Amino acid sequence: MNKLSNDHKDVEFVNVTKRFGPVVAVDNISLSVEQGAFFSFLGPSGCGKTTSLRLIAGFDQPSEGDVHIGGVPVVGIPPHKRPVNMVFQNYALFPHMNVAENIGYGLRQRSPKPTAAEMNKQIDETLELVQMSGYRNRRIWEMSGGQQQRVALARALINRPTVLLLDEPLAALDRKLRRDMQIELQTLQREVGITFILVTHDQEEALSMSDRICIMREGDIVQSGSPRELYDHPVNRYVADFVGKSNFIAGSISGVNGKSITVKSENGREFIGSPSTGAPTLRGGDHASIAIRPELIAISPSNTSAADMNADVAMNGRVKNQIFLGEHTEYLINAEGIGDVLVLSPKHIESESGGFNPGDTVTIGWKNELALALEDS
Amino acid sequence: MATMIKDGNKGSWLTAVLLAPTTLWFLVMLIMPLIVVVIFSFGERSPMGGYAASFTFDQYANLPSRLKAFTNTLTYAPLGTLLTLLVAYPLAYYLAVKVSARWKLLLLVLVIVPFWTSLLIRTYAWIFILGGRGIPNLLEMIGFDDVRLINTPGAVLLGMIYGYLPLMVFPIYVSLEKLDKQLLEASNDLGGSPFRTFLQVTLPLSMPGMATGCMLVFILLMGEFLIPAFLGGGKIFFLGNALVDLFLQSRNWPFGSALAVTLVIIMLVTVTIYMRLTMGSKTGRDVSIM
Ligand SMILES: Nc1ncnc2c1ncn2[C@@H]1O[C@H](COP(=O)(O)OP(=O)(O)O)[C@@H](O)[C@H]1O
Ligand SMILES: [Mg+2]
Repeated sequence: MNKLSNDHKDVEFVNVTKRFGPVVAVDNISLSVEQGAFFSFLGPSGCGKTTSLRLIAGFDQPSEGDVHIGGVPVVGIPPHKRPVNMVFQNYALFPHMNVAENIGYGLRQRSPKPTAAEMNKQIDETLELVQMSGYRNRRIWEMSGGQQQRVALARALINRPTVLLLDEPLAALDRKLRRDMQIELQTLQREVGITFILVTHDQEEALSMSDRICIMREGDIVQSGSPRELYDHPVNRYVADFVGKSNFIAGSISGVNGKSITVKSENGREFIGSPSTGAPTLRGGDHASIAIRPELIAISPSNTSAADMNADVAMNGRVKNQIFLGEHTEYLINAEGIGDVLVLSPKHIESESGGFNPGDTVTIGWKNELALALEDS
Repeated sequence: MATMIKDGNKGSWLTAVLLAPTTLWFLVMLIMPLIVVVIFSFGERSPMGGYAASFTFDQYANLPSRLKAFTNTLTYAPLGTLLTLLVAYPLAYYLAVKVSARWKLLLLVLVIVPFWTSLLIRTYAWIFILGGRGIPNLLEMIGFDDVRLINTPGAVLLGMIYGYLPLMVFPIYVSLEKLDKQLLEASNDLGGSPFRTFLQVTLPLSMPGMATGCMLVFILLMGEFLIPAFLGGGKIFFLGNALVDLFLQSRNWPFGSALAVTLVIIMLVTVTIYMRLTMGSKTGRDVSIM
């Protein structure tokens, strides 16, 4: 690693491992976060996301490996000397201070300390940034969760950190507020240009906000990439399952022919899918699944032929459930030989066919090139 | 709300019934003895000792004769409280923050263990420790002659700290124990060094515990008589000692009562001022007995 190559990386992990006694919370991971990026750690609870964040903040030190911030190795440097700030999951606002005192806390720790006038100016600016002007003298317990969230954000941002760390910042908010805050956070990040590193277990949140996502499982990084890369080219079934919705047909590989992989399902039927870009090479006999996204499946009245549907595979099924979602209609279909399949049918198709009701028999189908053959892990 | 207002009559009747035992207890145990003491304080000492009915302010006029007991009590009680706080805080901090969960319980029990024997016996033990055959004897062996520890103001203060330490440690321990550790991390994260974090977060947030502890210890020290009598060698006289003397030895009940009433008034005033100060502060919201 020479110095130059680090210059545009705000955070870098080099073979980082963190153990808590016998528990390996983070298992030999390497990653880098570009300057100005909105980066997310995504994974189920207990997979090591918070630990990764705490290693950057300096609350924990890695058992092995190196952490760099802005190109500088930081292992051993205590949190108060690191150019990063954290927004805690339950905000951790100081209950004995009002809003302005909380927000000014970071400024007061500086030496030399800014003048009172300078501090007040910055506090007001930051309050405006998070749309909380007028709440200067509020006590913490006099505010709603969403307002506390904004104060926590302001308290971190006022220090202009190199990196802002957010640990499940929206988890405690209700659904509607969460949507609004997602958009706001994204706008805010572009406005201030600070690198954001977000931890979340909510795939929708990660997909909608980040420009890069790192998917974790049991202390490991499974895949990292842009939301689109992860959605279109998952490296295995775990990622495809975690990012967006997908249907899976499990089986084992019965043939590999360049860009076309045949998977024999448990009941003997063969399906064809293409390998995912960047995924490990699959070999005959491997356990694998055919993955097909709900919006890539066509739905027609029963006994339509595959050719008529412009599909390569077709099968009959019965509509178990129908959910109208406005732009789309979501069907749960019990298909012959493969079980329950989720199908997302766009509005314009629905108005042509007139839609289907629970109990109707239908035909579903898809083109082989749209299906992926993925490693079963 | 609505139902409460509607059922107002029935509610207040029920409340009265439910409150009756407490009210009765207060009347019998607290108010009545106090009234008796107040009545006595306006009486005269009967020739045989005890109380003779009368209405006179003589006893109150005579209070300045015990000025020394007042000044002693009002110096030693606050000073003792302060010193106990200074000793208790690091101990409570250590127990709440530094000790691992495994040792915590054992150490907490050790703090209480002395309470299992009476203060009298424990104070007596200090007479031996501080007396001629105790520490001074040891000091003499290494060449420090004639060190006097017993019957000094220092011995009284030491006895006070020793006797009331657990009462101070526990409330502080509780407030430190329930302090959200993430607040310390937040302070650290925002650039506060560990020491500054202690001053700006830990200390103010443990105020309620300190306030409770100080109040408990202060009130008890104001009425203390055992420790000054044993460790002060009768030279350091508190109001408590004056009361013991007046009620049990010279049997001047009216004068003793006047002294007691004055002590109660002083305590009420100081405690009220104290509560105003601590509860009105920024951390006031969290003030609780424990
Ligand atoms: N301080 C700690 N002591 C012991 N185990 C810990 C500690 N912090 C985290 N762990 C363990 O490390 C693993 C990862 O935890 P964490 O990073 O908090 O996961 P996440 O944030 O993804 O839910 C979990 O198994 C957790 O129990
Ligand atoms: Mg977590």
